[in-house]
Amino acid sequence: MMRKRTKYGRYALNVFAGLGLVYLFAPIFFIVAFSFNKPKGNFNIAWQSFTFDNWLHPFAEESLTRALWKSIEIAAVSTFIATILGSLIAVALSRYKFRGSGGINLFLVLPLTTPEIVLGSSLATLFLGQNFIDFGMTTIIIAHVMFQVSFVALTVRARIRGFDWTLEQAAQDLGASPLRTFMKVTFPLILPGILAAGLLAFALSIDDFIITFFNSGPVQTFPLQIYGASRVRIPPQINVLASMILFLSVAILMTATIAGMRKSAEKQATAKKFKLLHRK
Amino acid sequence: MTATVVRQNRIARNADRVGLGAMIVASICLVALGTRLVSGPMVSVIVLVLILDLVGVLVLAARGGPEARRLLAPYGLLKPGMLWLALFFLAPVWSLIRISLSTKESRFSVNYDFNWAFQNYTKAFSDFGSQFQRAFLYAAIATVLTILIGYPLAYVIAFRGGKYKNILLGLVVIPFFTSYLIRTIAWSTILADRGFVVRAMNAVGLGNVFEWLHIMDNGKLLNTPAAVIGGLTYNFLPFMLLPIYVSLEKIDINLVNAAGDLYSSATRAFRKVVLPLSIPGVFAGTLLTFIPAAGDFVNAQFLGNPNTTMIGNSIQDQFLKQNNYPVASAMAAVLMVSIATLVLLYTRIFGTEDLA
Repeated sequence: MMRKRTKYGRYALNVFAGLGLVYLFAPIFFIVAFSFNKPKGNFNIAWQSFTFDNWLHPFAEESLTRALWKSIEIAAVSTFIATILGSLIAVALSRYKFRGSGGINLFLVLPLTTPEIVLGSSLATLFLGQNFIDFGMTTIIIAHVMFQVSFVALTVRARIRGFDWTLEQAAQDLGASPLRTFMKVTFPLILPGILAAGLLAFALSIDDFIITFFNSGPVQTFPLQIYGASRVRIPPQINVLASMILFLSVAILMTATIAGMRKSAEKQATAKKFKLLHRK
Repeated sequence: MTATVVRQNRIARNADRVGLGAMIVASICLVALGTRLVSGPMVSVIVLVLILDLVGVLVLAARGGPEARRLLAPYGLLKPGMLWLALFFLAPVWSLIRISLSTKESRFSVNYDFNWAFQNYTKAFSDFGSQFQRAFLYAAIATVLTILIGYPLAYVIAFRGGKYKNILLGLVVIPFFTSYLIRTIAWSTILADRGFVVRAMNAVGLGNVFEWLHIMDNGKLLNTPAAVIGGLTYNFLPFMLLPIYVSLEKIDINLVNAAGDLYSSATRAFRKVVLPLSIPGVFAGTLLTFIPAAGDFVNAQFLGNPNTTMIGNSIQDQFLKQNNYPVASAMAAVLMVSIATLVLLYTRIFGTEDLA
């Protein structure tokens, strides 16, 4: 039934996809490889010789390490705020039918469809010439929460779209108070979606450069530090820290995937058991 | 007595209107305060309105009974996030437009007079017209390239991934767990003049072909328009690939099989069944790629030369280096409006659901 030509086409497409993966990994391979380089001079851009030194002293570049911690601090605070605000919006949007929900949907998409440079510069014009907040940690956190909120709201909403809200009614019919219903039924069920959105929001915050650039004042985050240093020197520690972040993210991703797979396997097993019982 | 009960019932039944209205009023108050639109005693008036507004809704929720509470609940959940966005997204846009129409009081002043100074816009277009053109041109080419690379990749993962689907998808996303800047700097090293890639190309004789295609310039790969577009393509590829993957994944494979059973060729089945069903993904990806690409300045800075600067570079330079806020704001406003127009057209046609 299958003709030969399509078979070759199939093969070509797979090869193309393989090449696509190679393209995606080219700079990554480069970054990890050069974390083992022993550079001559200030720029870690030409291969000299292999060394473990950089990995043994990953925090040797003090300003870089300080900037990384700053970024983690900012990401932790902003993600915490944004995850709460965003999840509340998501619950409101998927749990209730209400007047104005269409407009709010559109409004939520706006920050995501505005170029970062516009978000960053416009927020800076708001902070310019007022005496309440100085440019620094606070303005960076405000900026990050601003773009994270929409992101969290839309992600959580997508994750809980199929949620069966009648479960809440069932709990209340069985005598649970609204608060208890939320803590015991709703929250545990939507928590995975919230955590996933929170993780992604954290990653967005750590990696944000353009918006932060406009609102940082004297504070140096990890991307800002790299940007500032890139003209003067590129120490191999940048590659080491980047590789560490990469490996850590991969580990988290793998754990989440395996946990998800195990859960769906469990679900299938339960479903099977239930079917067998039912047949009897 | 009965009159008040009736009135209370009426308010309770219309609690959703009250909730929505209160949220909008509170947002307007915050925007007015944030942009310093009001001054002097008016500030206290607005603050008072804001407090009364927030307290009023709480009182209604407390005394209006379960029906009113049910109607008010969504607005209560929305309010913290919405007010944050009002103060730190809407108000900034307002103040950006305001500054774009202002002039500096004097050369070294930090104060700006709002006086409908449209000359900022004419200056933005006359001085930075080519940067606008390049931004939209490079972003458009990069978007097309991400479709050409991302679609087949998403297709293979969605339809041929089998049980490795999740792993393949993970592989596609993993590169983007490294910092955006570091990735871009890595490309600048890979494409460097005496780097491995340039030498390999010249050794194989591809150099001349690339030169003819205007991808290379005088034996250089770095600091060319092609390098900038390549960087944009690379950095924004996942924004194209993931929405396409999501829309392909939703397609029921039985539809394709049915087309085959009805003697459709594989190509025809793809064109008539798979492609139309995946178009929403392509359009969502197009927006999510084009928008950040058009506003980007990192790729042009690390991979380009002074003749490949995009509008993002100019905004950044005028804003942070020259402190020329009015012209920088005018450029940002033009960028925002042109992209908002595109987005509105898009949402009119395809809805907002696929963007999430």
